[in-house]
Amino acid sequence: MKKQDKSIDKASQELLEIAEREGIDTAWERYEAMVPQCGFGELGLCCRNCLLGPCRIDPFEEGPQKGVCGATPEIIAARNLTRMIAAGASAHSDHGRDVAHTLLLAAQGKTEGYGIKDEDKLLSLANELGIKTNRRDKKEIAKEVAEKVFSEFGQQHGELQFSHRAPEKRQALWRKLGIMPRGIDREIVEVMHRTSIGVDNDPENLITHGMKTALGDGWGGSMIATELSDVLFGTPRPIRAKVNLGVLKEDEVNLVVHGHEPTLSDVIVTASQDKELIELAKKNGAKGINLAGICCTANEILMRHGIPIAGNFLQQELAITTGAVDLMLVDVQCVMPGLSSVARCFHTKIVSTSPKAKFPGAEHVEFNEEEALPIAKKIVRMAVENFKNRMKEKVNIPKVKMDLVAGFTAESVFKFLGGRYRATYRPLNDAIINGRLRGAAAIVGCNNPKIKQDWGHVEMAKELIKNDVLVVVTGCSAIANAKAGLLKPEAAFQYAGKGLQEICQAVGVPPVLHVGSCVDNSRILITLCNVVNEGGLGEDISELPVAGAAPEWMSEKAVAIAFYVVASGVFTVLGNPFPILGSREVTELLTRRLTEVVGANFAFESDPIKAAQLMIDHINKKREALKLKPVMYEKEEVLVK
Amino acid sequence: MEKIFCDIRKCLGCKSCEIACGVEHSTSKNIFKSIREEKKPRQRVIVRSTTKEPFPLRCHHCEEAPCIEACMSGAMYKDEKGVTRHDPDKCVGCWMCIMVCPFGAISRQESLALKCDLCPDREDSFACVEACPTKALFAGTWDEFKKRLGQEKR
Ligand code: SF4
Ligand code: SF4
Repeated sequence: MKKQDKSIDKASQELLEIAEREGIDTAWERYEAMVPQCGFGELGLCCRNCLLGPCRIDPFEEGPQKGVCGATPEIIAARNLTRMIAAGASAHSDHGRDVAHTLLLAAQGKTEGYGIKDEDKLLSLANELGIKTNRRDKKEIAKEVAEKVFSEFGQQHGELQFSHRAPEKRQALWRKLGIMPRGIDREIVEVMHRTSIGVDNDPENLITHGMKTALGDGWGGSMIATELSDVLFGTPRPIRAKVNLGVLKEDEVNLVVHGHEPTLSDVIVTASQDKELIELAKKNGAKGINLAGICCTANEILMRHGIPIAGNFLQQELAITTGAVDLMLVDVQCVMPGLSSVARCFHTKIVSTSPKAKFPGAEHVEFNEEEALPIAKKIVRMAVENFKNRMKEKVNIPKVKMDLVAGFTAESVFKFLGGRYRATYRPLNDAIINGRLRGAAAIVGCNNPKIKQDWGHVEMAKELIKNDVLVVVTGCSAIANAKAGLLKPEAAFQYAGKGLQEICQAVGVPPVLHVGSCVDNSRILITLCNVVNEGGLGEDISELPVAGAAPEWMSEKAVAIAFYVVASGVFTVLGNPFPILGSREVTELLTRRLTEVVGANFAFESDPIKAAQLMIDHINKKREALKLKPVMYEKEEVLVK
Repeated sequence: MEKIFCDIRKCLGCKSCEIACGVEHSTSKNIFKSIREEKKPRQRVIVRSTTKEPFPLRCHHCEEAPCIEACMSGAMYKDEKGVTRHDPDKCVGCWMCIMVCPFGAISRQESLALKCDLCPDREDSFACVEACPTKALFAGTWDEFKKRLGQEKR
C-alpha cells in the first residue's frame, strides 16, 4: 500500500514514511500482512461457542452447511453479531458506571479531584429521576442521583429512566416489540445466555434481543455517561481549539492522553497546569507542559477545556513516531497493544492506568478516583522527567494542524438557532420544514485500515453538507472532519449548499458540528427527541428526515451504536458490512425487513459518496412522506434524477 | 517447474485456501459477492484429514500423471510448461481421472471434472498460497521447497 492509499491525512502520510524508513510496524502493515483475512470470519460463518466446534460453514455450499450442533449459517451469523452488540454495550455501560461511581464519591466527599460543575443539570436530572431537590444540599442530591443511576445497571424489571425521553410513539413500539430495556447489565447477560449452545436459535429473536441490549446502551449506559460527565465536568459549550499531530510541541513536555473515560483525563488537565510541575518542566529544559489527546478521552477534554487533539484511532502509533511524545497515558478502549513496540523505538513512556486494562511493555500506575489528583500529578511528573530523554535527532513533528470549533450539545447548539434569548428548537425545525435544510445526518465511528484513513468520514460529510444536510459528528469521525477543516465556521462557504450556508452564517456555526465522544451519541438521540417534541416533523424519530453512518467502523462499540440508532428509528449506512453476509436471512432482515419492525434498517456501502447518496435519498423520502416543501436550493441535477 | 507444495506439519485445517480458491474462481473475485453468484464458484482444493492431521488435497501436477493416461477423451493433458490441464470441452464425465488420481485432487462440477488450474487469472501468485495464514502452502520448485523445509527449525 502506498502512503497516499493509507490515509488522506498529510500528517499521517508524513509519519508513515518515517515509520517505513525506520522499520516501524503500524496497523496498516499488520493489516496488509493479514490479507486475505479469514473468509469464514468475514462472512460470520465460524462459531466457537462450544467445544463440539469450532465449526464453520462453507459459503460455497459444497462443504458442511451446519455446525456440529446443527446450527445453520443464519443461526451462527445472528449469534455472533448479537455477541458483538453485547460487547459494545458493555464497553459504553462500564464507562457510564465509572462516571456514576465518580459522582457518588464526589458527593460523599471521598475525593478531592472532582466536584459538581453543572448544578443546573444535576437539578434537572434529579427532577427527572423523581429525586427531591427542595432545600437540599447539592451533594445530597448528587448522592441520590448517583445511587439511582447505579441501580439502573443491575435493575431486573421495569424500564430504564432515560428511555422515557424517547417520543411516546417510539416507547410504545419498544414495549410492543418487547425491546424496552429492563436493566443495562441484565440485557447483556441475557445475550451471553441466549447465544450459548442450544439456547436461542431463531435469528430474528436473537437480533431482536440484540436491539434491546443496544437500547440499554444508547438510552442507558451511554446516556448516563454523557449526563453525569456533564454534571461532574461541566456541560460543554462551543470552544475553539486545534487538531492534528502538529499540536505536539518541540520545546515542551508532550503528554498525550489516549482512551475513553473523562474521569482521569479531566484531572490530568488540572495537574498539567500545576505551577510546581510547570516549574519542574522548565528546570528540565522544557518551555512548559503541552497536553494533547487521542480518541474519545481527547474529545471529552476538548469539548470542556479546549485541549488540542493530536489525532484519531489510526494515529496513536504515529503520535509516538513523532519522537516527541514524552508520555502516553492510556485508560480503556481502542488502545492498541501494538503501541509499546512502537514506543520501544523512542523514549516514549506508555503508562496504563485502569485496573481493567493492562498492556505489554507499559508501566502501570493504577488510577483510583479517591486519589485522582495526586495520581494525575505523579503521571505528569513522570512525563516531565522523561523530557530529558527525548532524542532530538528522532523528533519529527509534522507541521500540520487545523483550527476547529467543538463543544456542541443538545442543550447548546440547536437552541442558538433561536438566538440566545429565546432558546428553542423551533428555528431548526422550521429550517427543515421550509426546505432551507434538507435534513440532518450523523457521521460517527472509528478508523479502519480497510478504508483510507479519514477518507470515508470526510468525503461523506462534504457530500452531505453540499446537499444542505446538517452534519453532526462524534468520536474519531469528529476528529477526522476536524483535521479536514470542516469544523471551522468558514467551511460553510467552501463546502456547504446555499441553504445550510445561510444557517451557518446566521448562527455562526460550522456546517459540521462536533457533539462529542462516542458515548455522546446519546446527545444525538436527545436532539432527535427534542426535534420531534418541537413539532411539525412527525411524531416519531423514524419519521424525521435524518440518517446515520459509520463509514470507517471497526469496534464492537460501533455495532452497539448502530443497533440502538436503528432501533430508535434512524436509517444507518455502514462502510464495512457487519460480518453476517454469509447468511442470506440475517442480511435480508438487517438491510430490508427491519424497516417493517422498527421503522429503520441498515445499508452497507464502502464508497462514502454513494453512501451519502443513500442517506440523501432516504432523507428525501422522509421529506416526501411528511409532505414538506421542496428543498429550497435543490440542484437541477438532483431534480432531474 | 513451479508448483504449490504444502508443509503439512503447519496445516491447521483452517480452510482459508478453500475460500481463497473459491473466490479466485468466481466472476466477481470478491468474497461478499462471490457467494451470491448464480453459478456457485467451486474451490479446487479441499482440506481433509485422516486421523487428526489436516492437509489440503490438491493437484500436484504429477510428471507422469495417471489422470492423463486414464483419460480416454484426451481432456486431461500436459501443457508446454508441464502443467496438468483439463479441457472441459473434451471432458465426457467418465470419472476415470477421479478413480486413478493418487491424491484425490479431482472433484466434479456437474458433469465435468474439476481440478487446480494454477490460477490462470493471476500473473505470479496463487490464491491459496497467499491466503495460507501459517505459510504451510508454498509456491516454488521442488528444490526450493526442500531447501525451505531444511531451513525450518522445527
Ligand atoms: S455451538 Fe454449534 S456451531 Fe457453534 S461451535 Fe458448538 S457445535 Fe459448532
Ligand atoms: S489430477 Fe491427480 S493425477 Fe492428475 S496431475 Fe493432478 S495430482 Fe496428478
